[in-house]
Amino acid sequence: MQLTDIEEAMARGEHGAPRQWAIAHMQQVGRAFDAADFVEVHQAHIMADTESLGEAGVAFLERLGEAPAADRRVRVPTITDPRGIDFAHYRKLGQTDAMAALERRAIDAFEALGVLMTDTCINYQTIMPPLPGEHQAYGDTGVVIYSNSVLGARSNFEGGPSALAAALTGRTPRYGLHLDENRRGTHRFVVRTRPRDLAEWGALGALIGRAAGSYWAVPVIEGIDGPPDSDALKHMGAAMASFGSIPLFHIVGMTPEAPTLESVCDPASLPVREIGPDELKGLFGEYGAPGEKVDVVVFAAPQLSLVEMQQVADLLDGRRIHEKTALLVATSPGVAADADRMRLTERIEASGALVLRGMCFYQSYAREMGIANGWRRLLTNSAKLVNILGGYGYAPSLMSMADCVDAAVRGRTP
Amino acid sequence: MSGPRILRCHVGVGPVAEGEALVTDDNFSARYDLDRLKGIFSRPQHKLHGQSYVGKVLVVNTAKGGVASAWMLHEMAARGLAPVAILFNRFNPILAQGAALADMAICDRFPDGDITRLIQTGERVKVDPAAGLVTVG
Repeated sequence: MQLTDIEEAMARGEHGAPRQWAIAHMQQVGRAFDAADFVEVHQAHIMADTESLGEAGVAFLERLGEAPAADRRVRVPTITDPRGIDFAHYRKLGQTDAMAALERRAIDAFEALGVLMTDTCINYQTIMPPLPGEHQAYGDTGVVIYSNSVLGARSNFEGGPSALAAALTGRTPRYGLHLDENRRGTHRFVVRTRPRDLAEWGALGALIGRAAGSYWAVPVIEGIDGPPDSDALKHMGAAMASFGSIPLFHIVGMTPEAPTLESVCDPASLPVREIGPDELKGLFGEYGAPGEKVDVVVFAAPQLSLVEMQQVADLLDGRRIHEKTALLVATSPGVAADADRMRLTERIEASGALVLRGMCFYQSYAREMGIANGWRRLLTNSAKLVNILGGYGYAPSLMSMADCVDAAVRGRTP
Repeated sequence: MSGPRILRCHVGVGPVAEGEALVTDDNFSARYDLDRLKGIFSRPQHKLHGQSYVGKVLVVNTAKGGVASAWMLHEMAARGLAPVAILFNRFNPILAQGAALADMAICDRFPDGDITRLIQTGERVKVDPAAGLVTVG
């Protein structure tokens, strides 16, 4: 890789040990993807829940944090993805003091590096959305796919270590989604149905993600008649990224890089796959569970916007969830503060539900929580979440937010 | 097939590594597919469900899932419950980043064809990521 003078200096250790590690780490990754050089980024977003970090990852962060202040501070605004613990509620969820202690150490280490603990996977709705063409180092696949596709930003999937390396240096290897040629459409989809709610938008994303199926695929979508809202594309993108490892999609006539079909692909060279109501129904069928006892209902993945918080509050008003069923609502600390002030939290929790701040459930020791609470049958309106949780010992079902709330009240699925 | 075979691939990440192959045409995500405490594949739909990956040269199709694998490979390796190497037809940035932190060997892009068909479970495999070479048998 071609290095600039400042990058050479960082590689030699003249900017301290953390930046020396960061450049070496990114050079290894860059070589694997034939990156010619580095590109400067404006923000970094770090996924670093303690379930993924473990003791080894936290100790690694602590070692970086021991460097002198001038050597360890991040060089671009750096924010965090959801964490493993909500300190106010972890005991109630069956999480342990050891998990909380590890979380505290991770937070202390990040703060020593100058990282802003936003604990959110909806930063593109709540913190500082990127501009078209702005190069970023975002973690969380849902953040990357939304920012690339809907906002025209340029980011690869940056796992925690690489996002941190980008934060420390203000750059990332120039490969993948930073390059024009990797943003062209590779798969065509025509949608013959209009999703009615967030679960259906997620299901549509799941079907497209599964069919396209790789980080190097870029779905081009036609047939979506008029824009949905940000929450709908949030669920669609998160599911597409989860089911297919997809980092970018285009919706013709809607997303910024696809004013026309011809502007993002060579239409004649790509076969067209149609998705209609039967395909959507089929996806729900894979995660169906009629008439079953419900252990836990989860609204998360991605965290809820203020608008979704209001929708949950409206559905729960005057109702009480079943004594054998838990209802968890995960949002960012920022949205939660607004929800508190607007009494949405109070209305949600009056039903017996719990609002979790800075968590996103699956990043929060989901396996251990399931075992501690005897949770197996889980309902959610998040297609992303049903895809993840099978491996965590849950039997997950996908249904609309309204059906999920009804099931939480009755303690059984419809 | 008999006798050592040499397979070329793209320059990968990590040190030279050697072990017994565990092969599937399924995909790989540390978060979605594994019980990392036991060192086995735990997602019921995964073709290696119930099998241990510890100390193996894992051979899979592609990388799936989210960004968590980037930390998880490091954490698994620190506890000694990790594969020694992973070979893909095509990996994604997350797995490359995770291997760099974990100091684990990974390679992809084999011009000779589908790597999940070129190696069989149980064969002895040596991986040299810097050279872009995999020796089988």
